[in-house]
Amino acid sequence: MAGLSWEPVIGLEIHVQLKTRTKMFCACEVAYFDTPNSHTCPVCLAHPGALPVANAKAIEYTVKLGLALGCEIAPRALFHRKNYFYPDLPKGYQISQYDVPLCGKGAFTVPEPEGDRVVGITRAHLEEDAAKNVHVGGTGGRIGGAAHTNVDFNRGGTPLVEIVTEPDLRSSDEAKRFLQLLRRTIVELGISDAEMEKGTLRVDANVSVRERGETGYRTRAELKNMNSFNFIARGIDAEIERQIGVWEGGGEVVQQTFDFDAATGKLTPRRAKEEADDYRYFPEPDLVPVEPSAELVERARAELPELPGTRVRRLEPELGFDLAEGLVASGRDRLFARTPGDRRAVANVLMNELAGAGVDPDAVDGDELGKLIEARNRVPRPVFADAIARSGDEGFSADPFLAEEATSDVAELGPLIDEILAANAGQVAAYRSGKEGLLGFFVGQVMKRTDGKADPRVVNELLRAKLSA
Amino acid sequence: MIDTLRLTAEEALGLLERREVSARELWDAYRAAIDERDGELHCFLSLVDEPAGEGVPIALKDVIGTKGIETTAGSKILKGYVPLYDSTVARRCKEAGLVTLGKTNTDEFAMGSSTENSAFGPSRNPWDPTRVPGGSGGGSAAAVAGGLAPWALGSDTGGSIKQPAALCGIVGLRPTYGTVSRYGIVAFASSLDQVGPTTKTVRDCALLYRTIAGRDPSDSTTADVPEVELPEREDLRGVRIGVPKQMVEAEGIESGVKDAFERTIQLARELGAEVGECELPLSVEYGLPCYYLVAPAEASSNLARYDGVRYGLRAPEDAYHAMVMRTRDEGFGDEPKRRIMLGTYALSAGYFEAYYGQAQKVRTVIRREHAEAFERFDVLASPTSPTVAFELGAKTQDPLAMYANDLLTIPSCMAGLPGLNVPCGLSEGLPVGLQLIGPQFAENALFAAGHALERALGFDRVPERLR
Amino acid sequence: MAITREHVLHVAKLAHLDLTEEEVERFREQLSAILEAVSKVSELDLADVPPTSHPLDLVNVWREDEPRPSLSADEVFANAPDREDEFFKVPPTSEVREP
Ligand SMILES: [Mg+2]
Ligand SMILES: [Zn+2]
Repeated sequence: MAGLSWEPVIGLEIHVQLKTRTKMFCACEVAYFDTPNSHTCPVCLAHPGALPVANAKAIEYTVKLGLALGCEIAPRALFHRKNYFYPDLPKGYQISQYDVPLCGKGAFTVPEPEGDRVVGITRAHLEEDAAKNVHVGGTGGRIGGAAHTNVDFNRGGTPLVEIVTEPDLRSSDEAKRFLQLLRRTIVELGISDAEMEKGTLRVDANVSVRERGETGYRTRAELKNMNSFNFIARGIDAEIERQIGVWEGGGEVVQQTFDFDAATGKLTPRRAKEEADDYRYFPEPDLVPVEPSAELVERARAELPELPGTRVRRLEPELGFDLAEGLVASGRDRLFARTPGDRRAVANVLMNELAGAGVDPDAVDGDELGKLIEARNRVPRPVFADAIARSGDEGFSADPFLAEEATSDVAELGPLIDEILAANAGQVAAYRSGKEGLLGFFVGQVMKRTDGKADPRVVNELLRAKLSA
Repeated sequence: MIDTLRLTAEEALGLLERREVSARELWDAYRAAIDERDGELHCFLSLVDEPAGEGVPIALKDVIGTKGIETTAGSKILKGYVPLYDSTVARRCKEAGLVTLGKTNTDEFAMGSSTENSAFGPSRNPWDPTRVPGGSGGGSAAAVAGGLAPWALGSDTGGSIKQPAALCGIVGLRPTYGTVSRYGIVAFASSLDQVGPTTKTVRDCALLYRTIAGRDPSDSTTADVPEVELPEREDLRGVRIGVPKQMVEAEGIESGVKDAFERTIQLARELGAEVGECELPLSVEYGLPCYYLVAPAEASSNLARYDGVRYGLRAPEDAYHAMVMRTRDEGFGDEPKRRIMLGTYALSAGYFEAYYGQAQKVRTVIRREHAEAFERFDVLASPTSPTVAFELGAKTQDPLAMYANDLLTIPSCMAGLPGLNVPCGLSEGLPVGLQLIGPQFAENALFAAGHALERALGFDRVPERLR
Repeated sequence: MAITREHVLHVAKLAHLDLTEEEVERFREQLSAILEAVSKVSELDLADVPPTSHPLDLVNVWREDEPRPSLSADEVFANAPDREDEFFKVPPTSEVREP
């Protein structure tokens, strides 16, 4: 891994597909998992004479996102054309934004254990997504060897926000943390599903390294095609390591684009583009400028939820950083807030049992869950687990589960424990010679014999007393 | 017997209303004229066999998308292309009861000033078939002048309605940018393209403009349009006409054109107009170069969609980029290629600021100069074309000479202003056009001035050889 | 403004025009002459002049986020040079591009 003297420099480019009903510049429905090309029209197929008309909702969503990222909202933004040829780009240009994006400079605060990391936002702009190319036949379906390409224009024209950060991140962990909180923010704004697996959130990372103390930036490489936060972190680490190797080996890092292969953990350099990169941007003459009114901006600002970063800091004093961040990043902190009971206990159940059961936190009745958590030591474990799994069901009530009390009767548990200790003399001796971790083993034995119905607090007390006797 | 050479659209409407002729008789009369003269004039690229309606016929320039009717923009790359939807103007014409006769010839993608750049052969001028009808809307202009259609729609980017109207001796309006929808019009240069009428009289022009103008939710660059008034007045009392000095003194204006123009200005004075001189020095000097940067730049992007993927020509190649490159090389003629190259160059890295960026600033200067002139005048007047119709082939080898045809029509196009051509006399037996320019949305003022002059001029718009 | 052969080839590549040798030379000459003429715009000192990208001063033209029917499959492919099932079929591409 990174030697002490090297400092990674990471910037991200994030594409977010907006959750509008229709495409950015035409009234076709956004539904690209449907029959190919079934959601297309003269505009998104770029027939002669077809003209774009901007989707008001997409503009509103972008303004909202910009505000959440602390961006300045441009008083007057323009759409530009970005010109290049590719089968998934029917007009021969992408309508995007260039020198005057809707959202200008901003800053997004990511709480970290040692203090805040403020990540500069360079810009966030609105554009249209490309269509989908399906490469068919050829050698193993590899793009290079495809026999032909099939194009589905259903996705073409979906509103897309591109967020560009400053190179302010210093490790793969920071990048991952930033992305988790950003994703959470986007989801809570209700403007996108932001799911990497579905491609509604796509991340490219620009990575370089420099010696600590250096102020300039060295040549960076671009990583693409990483479809989970973990892969992004692994890809970044692999690239950092590669670049350090190159520099330390006396070589020089060259600007390059890599695909990260999650299966092998390897970076594959992308085939160089045949065409020169000269996009010939110019203002889109088929559209007029966007001047977000003060009213629109203020309305969007008023609708902003409390930002995740703020919520982490708010929860941190009572829960500690890790639990606070975990709750917020996983979207469980709102359930946490409405679930009564011991704060740490509630947080732990939310992050462990509830997460493990895959329950949608937004579907859970906090009061019922609170009752359950409060009784978690009295209720037999299998019953508790069952109750948690169902806590998101409509009309869930904790009461039927609470009726099943755990066995705390000492008269019943005492002899059973004696029996178990007698049968495991070796472990008893080991415990007494200092291996106190074996306590769990004995608890497990008791639970097994009682079908999990023993009250763990009573079992623990009895075991400790008898073992230290 | 319907005399299609003389009958105006307004008269045709009257005949139908009073049931003096049937829609079928009207249609057949124009079809007969087409059968008789289109072999020579080649105004039409495609004809509709059966009338789809009971109204007055109309011809549409082939850049105007028509659902179910082949629309090629005069290009091989769109040969056989049949639109899936009507352009807004075609729809409005249909809704007003107009019946499409066919699609008229045009320079390929409306790029040209003579209709010789059509991939399907040139159109010819009804006044003299050895001469061009002007362009790019030469097909529409020749059709109306030659009695093959009562009226027609054209499109104008830098003079493609006004200049052919001038060369064919008819009326043509390039409307204020943003008054007529571009939705469904094969794009050449988006910030300049406007659809407009090509007609026999100014009143016909106002009628057709009224039919097609208005804000369109499908075209973000359209605005609300003031109510269109049919011109009635026959005098010009109280009208202030400015004559831009640099436009009448411009190099290359034929003396016969100048004479006809001056006679017309004198007539305007007699009709009660106050005529004065005004200045458009930068507009005239820099308009043409500005246009030949802005229009090709936009065109280079607008024509990128012709890639052989979803419609149109596709050349057989076994890799995508090679296929696109060969399709475009085979599908586009010289002029689109030249302008795509020029525009690509003007937008490319390192040249953008000096060319496209600077041209956009010149555009601001041109707007300002015009705005200043309109502080003192209601309309500006100049010749429309520096020359009368020229011989076929005379300028095809020299792009710059061809571009110079638009010297006088371009400046107001760059400023988004409306311009009306009214035939104002003959020179060497060929029509001369008067150009009237108004402020934004001042079409009514142009119609009023144009109508009064038209009445007083008494120009016989039927080509001498066809009388 | 003299345009070199390399300029012409570069621009032709950007514009995706597969020019013949004869065209390259002819366009080189013609573009040189045209560029010379249009370069006139650079004579003006317009440092303080804002650009006009549009002759109309409209802003904020947009539509509500309401779906309208898309085309039928017959319409979608009515003009298509080639298709495979419900896809537009094109010769293979050799590189990756993303927005
Ligand atoms: Mg992008
Ligand atoms: Zn669509």
